[in-house]
Amino acid sequence: MHYFIGNLGHLFVIASFVTSIVAAFAYWKSFYSTDNIKKEGWRKNARSAFYVHGLAVLGVVAVLFIIIYQHYFEYHYAYSHSSLHLPGQYMVSCFWEGQEGSFLLWMFWQAVLGIMLMRTKQGWEAPVMIVFALVQAFLASMILGVVIPFADFKIGSSPFILLRDALSDPIFKMNPDFIPKDGHGLNPLLQNYWMVIHPPTLFLGFALTLPPFAFCIAGLWQKKYSEWIKPALPWALVGGAILGLGILMGGYWAYETLSFGGYWNWDPVENAVYVPWLVLIAAIHVMMTYKNSGAALKASIILSITVFILILYSTFLTRSGILGDASVHSFTDLGLSGQLLLYLLFFTVAAIILCAVRWKQIPSTEKEISTYSREFWVFLGATTLCLMGFQVLMPTSIPVYNKIIELFGGHSNLAPPANQIEFYSKFQLWFGVAVALISGTGQFFWWKKMDKGKLKKELIVPILISLIVFAVIISIAKVYNPIYIVLTLAGVYLIVSNIKVLASVTKVNPTLSGGAIAHIGVGMMLIGILFSAGYSKVVSLNSSGLILNKEMGTDFNRDNLLLFINEPKTMAGYEIEYRSENLEFRNKSGYVRKNDIEPTADPYRVVATKDIVYQGKKLYNARDTFSIYPENTFYEIEMRRNGKIAATLYPRIQINPAMGGFLASPDIKKNFDRDIYTHVSATMNREDEPAWGKVEEQKVKVGQQFFINDYVAVLEQVRPVDRVAGIELEGEDVAVKAKIKIEGEHESFYAEPIFLIHNKSEVGRVPAEINDLGIRIALLNITPQTNEFTLGTMARQKDWVVIKALEKPYINVLWLGTGVLMIGFSVALVRRFKEYKAVAS
Amino acid sequence: MKLSHIIAIVVIAAAIAIIIFTAGDASTYVNFDQAYQMASTGNDNQIHVVGELKKDESGHVVGLENSKDKLSFSFILIDDNKKEQKVIYNEPMPPDFLRSEKVVVIGHYQNDQFMAKKILLKCPSKYQDQKLTNVNG
Repeated sequence: MHYFIGNLGHLFVIASFVTSIVAAFAYWKSFYSTDNIKKEGWRKNARSAFYVHGLAVLGVVAVLFIIIYQHYFEYHYAYSHSSLHLPGQYMVSCFWEGQEGSFLLWMFWQAVLGIMLMRTKQGWEAPVMIVFALVQAFLASMILGVVIPFADFKIGSSPFILLRDALSDPIFKMNPDFIPKDGHGLNPLLQNYWMVIHPPTLFLGFALTLPPFAFCIAGLWQKKYSEWIKPALPWALVGGAILGLGILMGGYWAYETLSFGGYWNWDPVENAVYVPWLVLIAAIHVMMTYKNSGAALKASIILSITVFILILYSTFLTRSGILGDASVHSFTDLGLSGQLLLYLLFFTVAAIILCAVRWKQIPSTEKEISTYSREFWVFLGATTLCLMGFQVLMPTSIPVYNKIIELFGGHSNLAPPANQIEFYSKFQLWFGVAVALISGTGQFFWWKKMDKGKLKKELIVPILISLIVFAVIISIAKVYNPIYIVLTLAGVYLIVSNIKVLASVTKVNPTLSGGAIAHIGVGMMLIGILFSAGYSKVVSLNSSGLILNKEMGTDFNRDNLLLFINEPKTMAGYEIEYRSENLEFRNKSGYVRKNDIEPTADPYRVVATKDIVYQGKKLYNARDTFSIYPENTFYEIEMRRNGKIAATLYPRIQINPAMGGFLASPDIKKNFDRDIYTHVSATMNREDEPAWGKVEEQKVKVGQQFFINDYVAVLEQVRPVDRVAGIELEGEDVAVKAKIKIEGEHESFYAEPIFLIHNKSEVGRVPAEINDLGIRIALLNITPQTNEFTLGTMARQKDWVVIKALEKPYINVLWLGTGVLMIGFSVALVRRFKEYKAVAS
Repeated sequence: MKLSHIIAIVVIAAAIAIIIFTAGDASTYVNFDQAYQMASTGNDNQIHVVGELKKDESGHVVGLENSKDKLSFSFILIDDNKKEQKVIYNEPMPPDFLRSEKVVVIGHYQNDQFMAKKILLKCPSKYQDQKLTNVNG
């Protein structure tokens, strides 16, 4: 038992909690001290406290990593999230698989940002850091794991609890020092490289919404109503970029790993980060307008606060267990809902009160805005983004309404919309059109003073080009759905108009081009989403024409395809064929067929029965022993076009009772213009004894050709053997082995059934089975008089797999657009940070 | 009327419209009798029914029917009022189906049979396991 390390970790947690409160208090004292020496003194204390806080957080992170890396399974966290056989890079994912670890990750980023802010900003330090320290205190309390004596009330859930305290297994009564030999393991869906980088990116995005909030609160507090925007804006921009990137990484992970058929499912967990991101983008826009024209101050304040509150709300939704049945992948309830609610309410109420007290004093322009001003267009865009978020937020919160109604003694049976994707898409699509039209047009007002005549002149060229490009796209891609036609046009217009703006801005000053580039990216994303989601179609349509259940009616699509091994079918212009079940190499990249290996006593090691060749390269020799991952089975699906192999897909299945059974991950054939996305939806149950058909007997001679279940076979030889596995041969016992070659669809197989005579009279037969062909052959009898051998053959249904395949056209436009958007953000950032530095120095 | 007022009115109208649509498109949790009533009055909205699989004394799931081509299956679900109902699902049986504690079916009645468009399974979560799974490593 390693008690010390856990106690050390727990000590660090408590230290991080205490130091954050100390830092908040000291900064408070410093802020309200009138005496300059005292002010400086308290500030020094506060800084030290926050540095210690940062170190403590680092300590907690380090200790948790050590516990996972060293496989200290006496700790619940290591036991339930890791295992001995987990590859090194995924141990990082173990860290944030649990709720405690993800809180820790969030805290870590905020500690880093806090230290950066403390160093850079003079006049703002105290009030900004008070907000930071308080947020950190709330987060630290979530992993505190301290029980208040007498009240029997537990604060937070510590990542350092011992397994025996977390589980009430009887073994701990018998032996309190019991340590399991291996851990539970990491959910296989999280064993993906995106899961190594997506959570840190997303939580950095979460953390980055804090600086704008903190600056805004500090501004209101000190009555510096407008000065907060300049330091807050660069942070908001980084936040917008990182949070957006984090969300898309999550989408890409879902696309690659989960088998729901896309990158976005409108699941509450996804919505909970999408909404704050939209509002953050709206906030960035109004903040930039304020910097340029002085309008929109109140809107900037409200939106900056709203973003942070929404982040807290989404934390509450996903971690309190309130979503229950509504979401497939929210965190399990750790009993923190009270604490989470307090965290949410504390900052919501505090911010609202502060706003209400100061509201009258916030300067605002009385000037009526004109339709030809950039303020008007930015407002319009920001409002659309907020409504867009609101439309997602309302239905996502349905479980919350039910809870509130129950709280007041009522009963509500409201459920989320039955078809989430259809429901959200039909609204979000129109918001997408509005966003495209507004940001396509608004850009012209951003850079120039406009009036009716000028606007006409500016718009005429982009509109004409858009129409031409639009016509080309529509006719090539055959878009006939009226709503999609509108969205395509809007998206093209957004891209074309921003290219024009980009061209003219770059001539003047290339550093100003960020906005135009970002908007081009958004336009590409809209078009990519439209095609990949709107025209995603099932290509594995069942063409057998069999109606199995008359009651089902005809409106049910037969979306899945049954593939028998080595029997080609056509799909989406490809000939596809299920070839084999495979395992993944542990030390090399690639797959090995299950038929080519034999197990050893160690489930992670196997012996090759023949030379192992993968993609034309020989990786192992016959009889080599090598390591594999036994949990995952990969189904080799060959796709051919015109007789040539176009792709070999390996969709994955993991049968893992500890993780909830059957987990399917797709494999994707990426083409320039479309992805073909395939996943396994059903497999045979190998534990059931297969239903063998009737035995067919035939007499053959050595060298004779014959047929087994329509396959050509030859009896090559029959020879005596001295050893038969599992049977002791004594004295006059005789055993013979037949060698039969069978020509399969792609390769030849050898079956070697054995016939033996024991104690002169007892006859034994060891049949041979060819898995791929679904046949079993026994050597039934030998007739020495005629030199004939009687073979008994049986056939069963061949191996099969059921797959579902989808086509995702032009999905690459979405990923490319994401890249362009990120470039745009970066260009804008460089510019804003330069401005910020110029002011600061 | 000032432009900003017009915008404000439009925004409020949009917000109200969103709330109305949310309420209109929200599904409900009902039992099979209610679902049947809805369908017989011509309301073919998709609704949620929560239930458990029918099992015999020894805990085996009964009433399962797999189609010959393995591409669809049907099962018997018992709702909170203990009403048994045959549910048809046009997808292969999820292999962890038999292990699920609770099944939420989303769909509607069609001639005395419940057609599920979507099935949500609530499986015993690994986090709630109060037993060690591999004590002997």
